[in-house]
Amino acid sequence: MTILESTPAGQPATTVLTAATTKSAEAKKRLSSPWASLAAIVIAVLWTLPTFGLFLSSFRPERAVKRTGWWTMFTDPQLTLENYNEVLFEGQQPLINYFVNSIIIVLPAVIIPIVLATIAAYAFAWMKFPYRDTLFVAIFALQVVPLQVALLPLLEIFVGSGLNNTFWTVWIAHSTFALPLAIYLLHNSMREIPAELVEAARVDGAGHVRIFTKIMLPLMKPAIAAFGVFQFLWVWNDLLVALVFAGGTADVAPLTVRVAELSGTRGSDWHLLSAGAFISIIVPLVVFLSLQRFFVRGLLAGSVKG
Amino acid sequence: MTITDKIIQLVVAVAIFALVLALVLFIADRARGRNAERWQGFAFVGPALLLLLVGLIYPALRTAYQSFFDAGSSNFVGVDNYARIFTQPELLVVLRNTFLWVIFTPIVATAVGLVYAVLVDRARAEAFAKALIFLPMAISFVGASIIWKFVYEYRPNQQNIQQIGLVNQLLVWLGFEPVNLLLIPFWNNLLLIVVMIWIQAGFAMTILSAAIKAIPDDIMEAATLDGVGGLRMFFSITLPSIRPAVVVVLTTISIGVLKVFDIVRTMTGGQFGTSVVANEFYSQSFRLFNIGIGSSLAMILFVLVVPIVIYNVRQMRKVDAR
Repeated sequence: MTILESTPAGQPATTVLTAATTKSAEAKKRLSSPWASLAAIVIAVLWTLPTFGLFLSSFRPERAVKRTGWWTMFTDPQLTLENYNEVLFEGQQPLINYFVNSIIIVLPAVIIPIVLATIAAYAFAWMKFPYRDTLFVAIFALQVVPLQVALLPLLEIFVGSGLNNTFWTVWIAHSTFALPLAIYLLHNSMREIPAELVEAARVDGAGHVRIFTKIMLPLMKPAIAAFGVFQFLWVWNDLLVALVFAGGTADVAPLTVRVAELSGTRGSDWHLLSAGAFISIIVPLVVFLSLQRFFVRGLLAGSVKG
Repeated sequence: MTITDKIIQLVVAVAIFALVLALVLFIADRARGRNAERWQGFAFVGPALLLLLVGLIYPALRTAYQSFFDAGSSNFVGVDNYARIFTQPELLVVLRNTFLWVIFTPIVATAVGLVYAVLVDRARAEAFAKALIFLPMAISFVGASIIWKFVYEYRPNQQNIQQIGLVNQLLVWLGFEPVNLLLIPFWNNLLLIVVMIWIQAGFAMTILSAAIKAIPDDIMEAATLDGVGGLRMFFSITLPSIRPAVVVVLTTISIGVLKVFDIVRTMTGGQFGTSVVANEFYSQSFRLFNIGIGSSLAMILFVLVVPIVIYNVRQMRKVDAR
């Protein structure tokens, strides 16, 4: 059973959903009236319409996007993929390069902190060594530190060591900033694995490395996945870290940096902006929709980071 | 750099990381004797600690130190930077805006999330209805800003020119003049805040929906038998039962709000009186290269976040204890 659910519900949302008894369902239904349904629909429309409008615009020809609102599309439908083609492959700095950069940045920036945090969390949960609890509390407390506080000196260090404007800066920065939360969350879920399991393995003569890889890792999969989804969305959508450490060069800058730049320099070219925005949105959206289960679990366990 | 070069860098990085790690674990595994576990423990937490020390703790301390020095970080100036932030008119606007963000975003986002969670609770197509509100969470702040900039887009009010932004078109349809929304002093802040509310409402809804579903059914049934329903049910049963979760949501969103700079930077660049502390930190540090003011702003952010985080953690414990 997974662990990241030290949730308010104490259970994954899906189980609670199906377990609803009919009686209380009736009780709660009293709340719903035509007005309630109307309110829900209004909120849903307000929350969907902005995205929908930009999405439609990304498929409209440049002339149409610049001269008429997207709602005229229903009376005068014109569709094209030209915007995507132009923004992805044409011009001086085609977006495809930044797309590749985003992928190159995100993979190690997710894998490295997960591996380091899982190992550290195991030691904090199951091994005895001096200052263990003090160190753990210190790491827990580090969650308080907003990453802004670290950026200026970290940039100095990177410039000093000649790493500036390489992928290494972004990898290292993202990995570091992820650690406090990752260690804390993974430690929590690691503690929920029955101690007998670990002790039995010790009695059988298994060392810590063996217990970690053979027993813990398989059991930790859901918790790791939950944090992984978070870290992925965080890194892919990040602008601040990328701007500070990798903003200076098209070789390294990710999608967010370039799309934000487009919004500044070509702010009225909505045919390009809309397509560019959706290119940057599509990957996290797919990850999010396919791994929503883990994402919700992580949310409920408190993986919210700033 | 070609794509191949980039992929080679990626592979090399992952390989180096894996190699170092394997080496550490291998050596740790060979440790024998009375103190073996002690060394193994340090080997396990070592890499993470090292990274935190170099990448977070040392830089944070250095920032605190530099906040007492001038722009070039060469002369000690005492608390001058802080004094300037709290007296200079342009920077006072930044503080006021940050205050607006921290007040409005959590309250409105939580209210919308809560109302929506209650409304769709056990409704038909609940999962789908929730996904609609939830989706903005997957979108980057940059993406969200562009989506909303398009909603607010303004075209001059002339013959033959149509509005392409939704808000201005609605104004025109209702018989008003179109307005360049992002330039209206003071109110443009609220228009930026709307973007953050739009993103955070899904988070509020998720947490609060789980809390609502965790309310024991017998409480609800008893209240129903007593003839309690509708709004009274919400205010006297539902809301008190999920109070700790509401506080967690409010505080968590406040923390996120304090640190957000992407929205301001993408939508207005902090112009027209819309800058906030996090955005000003970026401009001062990396555009004006004023390390003193930049560091001070980062420290202010830190000081603002700490009490909220502590309160948040305490409430989180309460929620978990249930």
